[in-house]
Amino acid sequence: MLSYILRRLLGIVPLFLGITIISFIVIHLSPGKPTSIEQALNPRVSLETRAKLDKIYGLDKPLHVQYVNWFSRLLRFDFDRSFRDGRPVSEKILERMPVTITINLISLALIFLLAIPIGIKCAVNENRTFDKITTVLVFITFAMPVFWLALLLMDLFCIRLGWLPVSGIKSLDFDYLSPLGKFLDMSKHLILPIFVLSLGGLAGVSRYMRSSMIDALRQPYINTARAKGLPEDKVIYKHALRNAILPIVTIVGLSIPGLLAGSVFFESIFAIPGIGRLFYEAVMMRDYPLIMAEVVLGAVLTMFGNLIADISYAVADPRIRFKGNEK
Amino acid sequence: MKNKFLLIGLGMAAFFILVAVFAPFISPYDPTAIDQDELLAPPSRSHLFGTDSLGRDLLSRIIYGSRVSLSIGFVAVIIATCFGLFVGSCAGFYSGLLDSIVMRFVDIMLCFPTFFLILAVVAVFEPSIFNIMLVIGLTGWMGTARLIRAEILSLKDREFIQAARAIGASNARIITRHLIPNAIGPVLVNATLGIASAILLESGLSFLGLGVQPPTPSWGNILIESKSTLGVAWWITVFPGLAILVTILSFNFLSEGLKKKFG
Repeated sequence: MLSYILRRLLGIVPLFLGITIISFIVIHLSPGKPTSIEQALNPRVSLETRAKLDKIYGLDKPLHVQYVNWFSRLLRFDFDRSFRDGRPVSEKILERMPVTITINLISLALIFLLAIPIGIKCAVNENRTFDKITTVLVFITFAMPVFWLALLLMDLFCIRLGWLPVSGIKSLDFDYLSPLGKFLDMSKHLILPIFVLSLGGLAGVSRYMRSSMIDALRQPYINTARAKGLPEDKVIYKHALRNAILPIVTIVGLSIPGLLAGSVFFESIFAIPGIGRLFYEAVMMRDYPLIMAEVVLGAVLTMFGNLIADISYAVADPRIRFKGNEK
Repeated sequence: MKNKFLLIGLGMAAFFILVAVFAPFISPYDPTAIDQDELLAPPSRSHLFGTDSLGRDLLSRIIYGSRVSLSIGFVAVIIATCFGLFVGSCAGFYSGLLDSIVMRFVDIMLCFPTFFLILAVVAVFEPSIFNIMLVIGLTGWMGTARLIRAEILSLKDREFIQAARAIGASNARIITRHLIPNAIGPVLVNATLGIASAILLESGLSFLGLGVQPPTPSWGNILIESKSTLGVAWWITVFPGLAILVTILSFNFLSEGLKKKFG
């Protein structure tokens, strides 16, 4: 087991190098420099000043030198300073993290709590009414642009009905509320974003659970279990479910990129100060250090998601471990 | 043969393609014409889908928007599929060092938070229709590459390939004439699904202001305005979104139908 994990960890090193190199090259080959934005906004900035700025930010050195500099600082968790306000990038990201992580964890939990029972119910009732209705809903959800759904719900619940606040995560009088009031206030603000973020994952995971469960129910050991007279409940929840739920473990890890992409949308629509919105702002300002840090952060999360998926899969299913050892 | 998905998907997709092709003939107004007497007019007989805050006819803008959205979907997928076919078939056919380098690269690309990369690229390279096609295409080829590689690995030692080689066919001919046609089914399914996700991605980018730039109408950038007209003009929110939804649905149906047909 340990050697399996070690091997997987080692495999991450070249992946990580590759990812950082590609994103570094792409971003730095762009025609516009951040210093040219500064110049465009202020015509009095002369070429000389611009050269000075380039020097301060290290933009005058060859690309590979810039990359090595950047990477060696990265290993010390120093992501440089933001071009925009000069604050350390790591600080900016850290202060935005908690909101995004909270919302994502809640919606992940929600996705799995709801999707697994739905998937099971669909599989058990394959091609009956419940399954058919869910299938239609899943198809529609897959085709729905997240931001459009967010706009529709905002129009209905926040403006027409006035039940929920339009944006942000706190009301103006948040600081004066009792602890319970604070909790209620925040939940009110977060209901829509969490719903919007969860829906796509819910559709995907329940679909996956359904097909995994249908596969499991067709295995010969299910026939055996039924033939020996086990009650149907036991056949489904003990024999089939245990095998069907394995592949779902991997989905947690694999759903991370989708959640990150979703964060950019729902955070900019609902004006939530998280890392998705920070990334959007960084992109609009061509804040290279911040963009790089966010891409790296996203890639690291994705890689670890994959890693956790593989390891938990190996823990749960001995066949994977042993196959790995034979190689 | 009963393949409802294929029929419905094909019909709906054909409808949208026809709308896009014949946009100038069927749209009731010029999509950029401003009518100051009809600002934010609700749907009526003269403006079926209403007008926006500049008095432009929404139906005409959606019809013209279909040109942008569909062409981005198609071109991006053509780029992705061609690149994926090329990379995947080289890796599968020549195997060895080339194969392991290429597949490592595929792994790296799959680990990318693609959406973050696309956002970053579009932002630094000025968002234009061409750039969006290119960047969506170049971040979406990995699935096709894996597919075709696996297919070629399983086929390349079969008798009909040896026969082709024996009569002196070149490697390029064997790949393009004998190997790729055998994998066309799954590749087509993948490509149809790709069109849907490319259109979805484009609408998202345009909505964030990082895609197709106004005044060129695209379904995503029409929706930008709806942020400021929420609660005032429901038609600006509802219709462009519905157009996206139904289009995506039709390509998803089509791909489901193709999957049934080929597999």
